[in-house]
Amino acid sequence: MTDFKKLSSNIKKIFPGYQVNLQFDEITLSVPAEDVSKVLKKLKTMSQLKFEQMIDLAAVDFSEFPQKNYENCRYAVVYHLLSLKHNSRIRVKAFIKDNSFPVIETITSTYANADWYEREAFDLFGIMFLNHPDLRRILTDYGFIGHPFRKDFPMIGNIEMRYDPSQKRVIYQPVTIDPRNNVPRVIHDEGFRNG
Amino acid sequence: MAEIKNYTMNFGPQHPAAHGVLRLILELDGEVIQRADPHIGLLHRATEKLAENRTYIQSVPYMDRLDYVSMMMNEHAYVMAIEKMLNLKVPIRAQYIRVLFDEITRLLNHLLWLGCHALDVGAMTVFLYAFREREDLFDCYEAVSGARMHAAYYRPGGVYRDLPDHMPQYQNTRFSRPNVTHKLNENRQGSLLDFIDDFANRFPKYIDEYETLLTDNRIWKQRTVGIGVVSPERALELGFTGPMLRGSGIEWDLRKKQPYEVYDKLDFDIPVGVEGDCYDRYLVRIEEMRQSVNLIQQCSKWLRVNPGPVISDNQKYAPPKRQDMKEDMESMIHHFKLFTEGFHLPKGEAYAAVEHPKGEFGIYLVSDGANKPYRLKIRAPGFAHLASLDEMTKGHMISDLVAIIGTQDIVFGEIDR
Repeated sequence: MTDFKKLSSNIKKIFPGYQVNLQFDEITLSVPAEDVSKVLKKLKTMSQLKFEQMIDLAAVDFSEFPQKNYENCRYAVVYHLLSLKHNSRIRVKAFIKDNSFPVIETITSTYANADWYEREAFDLFGIMFLNHPDLRRILTDYGFIGHPFRKDFPMIGNIEMRYDPSQKRVIYQPVTIDPRNNVPRVIHDEGFRNG
Repeated sequence: MAEIKNYTMNFGPQHPAAHGVLRLILELDGEVIQRADPHIGLLHRATEKLAENRTYIQSVPYMDRLDYVSMMMNEHAYVMAIEKMLNLKVPIRAQYIRVLFDEITRLLNHLLWLGCHALDVGAMTVFLYAFREREDLFDCYEAVSGARMHAAYYRPGGVYRDLPDHMPQYQNTRFSRPNVTHKLNENRQGSLLDFIDDFANRFPKYIDEYETLLTDNRIWKQRTVGIGVVSPERALELGFTGPMLRGSGIEWDLRKKQPYEVYDKLDFDIPVGVEGDCYDRYLVRIEEMRQSVNLIQQCSKWLRVNPGPVISDNQKYAPPKRQDMKEDMESMIHHFKLFTEGFHLPKGEAYAAVEHPKGEFGIYLVSDGANKPYRLKIRAPGFAHLASLDEMTKGHMISDLVAIIGTQDIVFGEIDR
């Protein structure tokens, strides 16, 4: 692994004005969605950075996050980049301003494998990727309605599928199971561990 | 003369060569593929969403079911992400056990890949041999965790329990012959490590057997050499990792480059291909199996002489000993809290990755400080590989498509998640 401190100060120098977060020996660069393709292109091509591989692209829905972050943006797209040359990693978080209709520029021209990852983010979170070559649903059923990984989508779903013996075919119907949560979600206050 | 147009054909989702539930829409010009459009998601279980509604320990078994042929490696990335955020130290013996079982898992995965790949291409025998060896490795899984496949053995802070002193034995039933049972039990008289050593001694010879069946086989070479060639630059561009990347000639292995657990203390080599075709990827994986056997032997040697704890003694995150619970009030409370509410992760985010048999398997965790993850993203290596199927198959015949699906080592548990 390259020198972590050197890389992080480098990043701060090259990208002034953006928030750089260091936690668990990982570098997180937060950028507004408009700048993402510019930033990623720079990260990929600059010789002291050379993040030539996009490892992962994840969308996050922050609507139920307890602390508000980065101008109350609901959606963020998180890119994990890897540099084989310098053996280093970086995370770029692109926050999308529009909470009702999230749109972000595609990065398929920079990283070719972003294609399917962006389709997945569109499918599960409803994030629109501008200029994406083929933005279709990828994981959910044909004709699925809604974006299941949004926090306001129920975990049990909205419709279920079963075989109906009287009609002798598979039918779709509203879900018949009840939501169940055996372990409540708990967040301790600050200083809980200290008694 | 009649004009011949392209036609569209459906492949799968229940084709034997589709490795599960792959559905392809193929656009063909005669028998030449013009475009392959994979339709995935038939095995989508929303693991990431389920994990948001479970405590951290409850999600461990879900990880087994991602890539269901390399179960423990998935758990490994998951517990590593948690340990990273908690700054939880894993005892050295647990680290060696993890490496030992990671390599056993790599063998399990590569054996299944080898068997299925050969079967797809038309060599039946290798499949039967490979599954014979997998049986022994499943017995190792069973001895250590009680489950043959979905082990849930790695826990945040270590592993569930130490290696057992004795192997389970075959019992005589009214259908079995006593001399056969006796023979089956011959290598199960000692501890699990004895059994593993016995396997590791036998196994290199088995790899030679597979190689005599395939490596210089004329048909095998005709079906794999020069098929699905990916240049090193393109492999990086397409997000390839693991044997797919190394097959294209890029020396990149997280075990060497970003060592986790005790890989930096062990001695092993990284095989690299030259041409970037199916045959090179086959050779890379075969050599990886040999290296895995080597690693297994090194770990086993260390584990024999170094007893110690196998799970963290920090009872905020790892359960207390059964005996302590009966005598110590505090242990009792810890146990209760751990298995009802679960532990909490500090606010923040982390990404942890392991060198999975298929490539880089990563877990991206976002925590808001609760006892459940706020968001869990699984980075599945197969997802990026399958995305390149269209590019890899363009201009190839339908029969080559089957070889390319085989070489990509597709498992739908991880792609669809």
